[in-house]
Amino acid sequence: MTEPIHIKPYLRLSGLEPLTVRPETNFINVGERTNVTGSKKFARLIRDGLYEEALSVARQQVESGAQVIDVNMDDAMLEGVEAMRTFLNLVQAEPDIAKIPIMIDSSKFEIIEAGLKCVQGKCIVNSISMKEGEAKFIEQAFICKSYGASVIVMAFDEVGQADTKERKVEICHRAYKILTEQVGYEPQDIIFDPNIFAIATGIEEHNNYAVDFIEGTREIKKLMPLTKVSGGVSNVSFSFRGNDHVREAIHSVFLYYAIAAGMDMGIVNAGQLVVYDEIEPTLRQLCEDVILNRNNDDNSATEKLIQFAETVKAKGKETVKDESWRNEPVEKRMAHSLVNGITEYIDQDTEEARQKYPKPLDVIEGPLMDGMNIVGDLFGAGKMFLPQVVKSARVMKKAVAVLTPFIEQEKEEKRLAHIAAGTTNEEGAGAAKILLATVKGDVHDIGKNIVGVVLGCNGYDIIDLGVMVPADKILSEAKKHKVDIIGLSGLITPSLDEMVHIGREMARLQMDLPLLIGGATTSRMHTAVKIAPEYGNGVVHVLDASRSVTVAGSLLNKETKASFLESIKTEYDKLKTDFGNKKSVKQYLTFEEARQNVAPINWKDFTPVKPTFTGTRVFSDYPLEDIAEFIDWQPFFIAWELHGKFPAILTDKVVGVEATKLYNDARVLLKQLIGEKWLKAQGVVGFWEANKTASDSVHVHDDGKILKLEFLRQQIKKAAGQPNLSLADFIAPEGHSSQDHIGAFSVTIQGIEPHIKRFEENLDDYSKITLQALADRLAEAFAELLHKKTRTEFWGYVSDEHLTNEQLIKEEYMGIRPAPGYPACPDHTEKYKLFELLGGEGATGIHLTESLAMYPASSVCGWYFAHPESKYFGVGKIEKDQLFDYTQRKEMPLEEVTRWLRPILE
Amino acid sequence: MKTIQEALKNRILIIDGAMGTMIQRHKLAEADYRGERFKDWHTDVQGNNDLLSITRPDIIIGIHKEYLEAGADIIETNTFSSTVIAQADYDMQSLAYEMNVASARCARTAADEYTSRNPDKPRFVAGAIGPLNKTLSLSPDVNNPGFRAVTFDEVADAYTEQIKGLVDGGVDILLIETIFDTLNAKAAIFAIKNFFRKNNQPELPVMISGTITDASGRTLSGQTLEAFYVSVMHAKPLSIGLNCALGAQEMRPHIEELSSIAGCYTSAYPNAGLPNAFGEYDEQPHETAHIIEEWAANGWLNIVGGCCGTTPDHIKHIADEVAKFKPRALPVLERELV
Repeated sequence: MTEPIHIKPYLRLSGLEPLTVRPETNFINVGERTNVTGSKKFARLIRDGLYEEALSVARQQVESGAQVIDVNMDDAMLEGVEAMRTFLNLVQAEPDIAKIPIMIDSSKFEIIEAGLKCVQGKCIVNSISMKEGEAKFIEQAFICKSYGASVIVMAFDEVGQADTKERKVEICHRAYKILTEQVGYEPQDIIFDPNIFAIATGIEEHNNYAVDFIEGTREIKKLMPLTKVSGGVSNVSFSFRGNDHVREAIHSVFLYYAIAAGMDMGIVNAGQLVVYDEIEPTLRQLCEDVILNRNNDDNSATEKLIQFAETVKAKGKETVKDESWRNEPVEKRMAHSLVNGITEYIDQDTEEARQKYPKPLDVIEGPLMDGMNIVGDLFGAGKMFLPQVVKSARVMKKAVAVLTPFIEQEKEEKRLAHIAAGTTNEEGAGAAKILLATVKGDVHDIGKNIVGVVLGCNGYDIIDLGVMVPADKILSEAKKHKVDIIGLSGLITPSLDEMVHIGREMARLQMDLPLLIGGATTSRMHTAVKIAPEYGNGVVHVLDASRSVTVAGSLLNKETKASFLESIKTEYDKLKTDFGNKKSVKQYLTFEEARQNVAPINWKDFTPVKPTFTGTRVFSDYPLEDIAEFIDWQPFFIAWELHGKFPAILTDKVVGVEATKLYNDARVLLKQLIGEKWLKAQGVVGFWEANKTASDSVHVHDDGKILKLEFLRQQIKKAAGQPNLSLADFIAPEGHSSQDHIGAFSVTIQGIEPHIKRFEENLDDYSKITLQALADRLAEAFAELLHKKTRTEFWGYVSDEHLTNEQLIKEEYMGIRPAPGYPACPDHTEKYKLFELLGGEGATGIHLTESLAMYPASSVCGWYFAHPESKYFGVGKIEKDQLFDYTQRKEMPLEEVTRWLRPILE
Repeated sequence: MKTIQEALKNRILIIDGAMGTMIQRHKLAEADYRGERFKDWHTDVQGNNDLLSITRPDIIIGIHKEYLEAGADIIETNTFSSTVIAQADYDMQSLAYEMNVASARCARTAADEYTSRNPDKPRFVAGAIGPLNKTLSLSPDVNNPGFRAVTFDEVADAYTEQIKGLVDGGVDILLIETIFDTLNAKAAIFAIKNFFRKNNQPELPVMISGTITDASGRTLSGQTLEAFYVSVMHAKPLSIGLNCALGAQEMRPHIEELSSIAGCYTSAYPNAGLPNAFGEYDEQPHETAHIIEEWAANGWLNIVGGCCGTTPDHIKHIADEVAKFKPRALPVLERELV
């Protein structure tokens, strides 16, 4: 079907970006300034350990058009291996330099190998040769190859360096055969350096060196067309050192001829190459004579060039570099430095901005944050990538470092002013400490850094543990430094799990620090659903750096902390609930598969308890004071939009006063409505013989009649060993040795209407809502009460239950009481059967509306399941196959079933 | 038995899907990971999936078989983190070699069973060499960009031990995968080349699979796709490809590019879509397979399968969809400049 593609045998190199040397590729400039043997400035910077400035030398090379940079650390004063490693590691963090390939240059192979261990891209080794014999050459070539480097082979053998054309060609060809036949090098990965020697030295034997190189190159390329030829160009003009003007002309002319002969690349000062055509004609002519060794009897051409050179004053040249952005306003310049990761000017620009803006903090919140926003946008759009962003962060840090002393000074002045004024001051006690870390396994930290910067600028003491920080380190450092808040950051999705893990660890270690969560993949939803449940002492998702300030402020203020955390918790609880009800794209089993995966209940060894009665028992006008003891107050406050745990909410810093007032009022009203018998509690409980007759059907025997209950089964694909539940699973199957039962109940609180009306007439909404909320609570409490009696008396399957009201609220009892229309049995229409069994409207006075809501509103109903393994669950979404099956079982039209089940259908 | 090179000439080969996702389904607890042998181990080991090859080989072999049953030609050993460096998280450095041997044997057992059932469809074991939790090109300290948490030699040594374990356990292929820092991968290649050279053994085929992490289309260490390929081509790999981080939808342009520049076979095993807010993968088997079908139709593929979130179902769907297409032809490496 597909034709094979053809891959050309080009030399391919890489930094962060590829460099392919094609036949049409013009000459490759290899930057030479990052060479301690060739650049005094670079040598000095490295010797003095000024690596940041040394990097700017490399950057200048790239900006001037170098396509590869040559890095050489061969200096007697230097620890070469260490210098090479340090410099190359730093280069890797500079994407604008690291984008191009590196040529690792040394006469010591150990330095070359140290360099190869630092660079991810495909490098060039400069160089290896046969000067110490074939064996060593082969071994070194193997090593270079195992690092994936191309090699420069110097035309140097056991005898010495090749000077004539013939020797150059002969040595190169010998090396070529060894490399391709014994070592397995691809021809295109071999680069020859046939030695460029100085000409015009006054020694006649040197006069033909350039010609030897040029003609040697021509021959090498003819003999071995896939290989490349390189050379150190500045050697050729060595005798004119100190006269850059002439040297540059010599270089240009030399390259003009060498490139024509097949030279592919050369080590040059990329910023200082003049264009051949623009050399003044006299000089050019003289250079050509010298290079091509023409008209040069008795060194005459050489003499002429030397004479000419003396007439020319060496002109220092301006560095050609686009610095026009320096003319922009300071804000623009700062943005430029941030986006381009340039540290060179940021100190002076920041200082300028500081004088321009009223407060040092304004510089951070203004131009610096604006610049970082641009960085953030570009990163988000895929136009910047990580290493660049990390650089921007470093520029940011530098700028902040300039401002910090002034911010500190301002703080100190404020503090002194407070002292002088005799006013209390919080800051004097020392800034709150915030620990920040990017979690284990993640290296992204720009967001964290911005947060650190912003918080730091707001006067907090930031302890930044960096990236890839393991949980135990984060927690031990937090303890060691006695921090006030821990902030976690992460960008990749596995970090989410790590954050959950840290939350769990904090809970295990019983820590009480608030935990902030931030970073691109984090979300409020994930924090609410996965992290917050693990750690109870405050987990807050922080959307962005600017929010971090207000969040930290709320958390560190003793007045606001509790209520802030409480409100977050409520919000998260709601998110969690919503999420639980929401369906995400998940895998489903076929209904057939699901019903093969029922709850694994061992019915064989189980003897169901027989209820003390069958049929129904009605509870009319049940004493409200007994019911009131079962009230769960928390939903009462939620009804009033006061969120918090009861009874803690009564002493809450913010809402406590209001909550207490409300609670007291409610207690008064409750006492009154009980004492004056405003309301009437009606209830009914019933039990019947029941059997599971099919996977999701239960037959109930009611006075000789059979009522068929139909249930729905979870269809989502579960983890291995997890059942797909249906309530039917909790009823013994037909044919079981002893008879199982099912129960049902309904309760209601009647008589609220006249009182509501009275409150309305008095325009007393407060009492009205309180009464409604109380009636709801009483209905729920009544259901709880009857369930307890069912467990311990009526059905009596639990003989010794001692549960507190709190435990009841947490549903720690045995057996369940799910209601039709709720998650475990989401079909509301089953309510008809429930009410039929319980004796219809007559028993309690509950009326079912056409949408199957119960009236009075304060009513509760449900099934009773007694099996110890019965539990609450959600059916979740179901698939079509179950819907069809269910429709048949229900003997209802498909449209009607679909309408009732819509929330759980796709 | 046919070699993998022969099999690749004839059809698109299927590599398996996620191991971690399948292990998660077993809901294993700390005690399961520990087994009898490590019941008193001094650190928590839950989550050390590679350990299961020693303590619960039944589960690992079972997962391999599920993938083989789904149609996988190549199964990956459960050794993503079986190095002294990665195992330091559990203080199990001393077990790295043994884990590799054990995992290789689990995969070998499962693969051989399926090969013997149908010798016309030979199954291959790829020894998985993961990216490590420490990187050679990035500094973990923003204030000290020249710092490295680990050295090249440490990484190469760790990989050498892993390679020895995988080879001793009987793998057919070595697979350097989920490469987000090319220098780590280069250390693995370095280790492979030297291992076989020093032991004077013929090299096993090497598969290389990188990871493009975000919208920039680059590796985490900043390389473009082509730069990445150029940086590892000296391995002379059997295949070059991409896996993880992206779903098939997002991986498409990169696979297209790779297919146009790779001088060897290509491979792709994407995640089951992009993770949702919980890091879970939602993409359904037929959805993944549908996207990949187009790649196969375009002739971009030689080896295809799934990474995070994919299941035997995904693999089966992918295998069914690509079966009707011819594989990408092995490129012609020209020896002359024309």
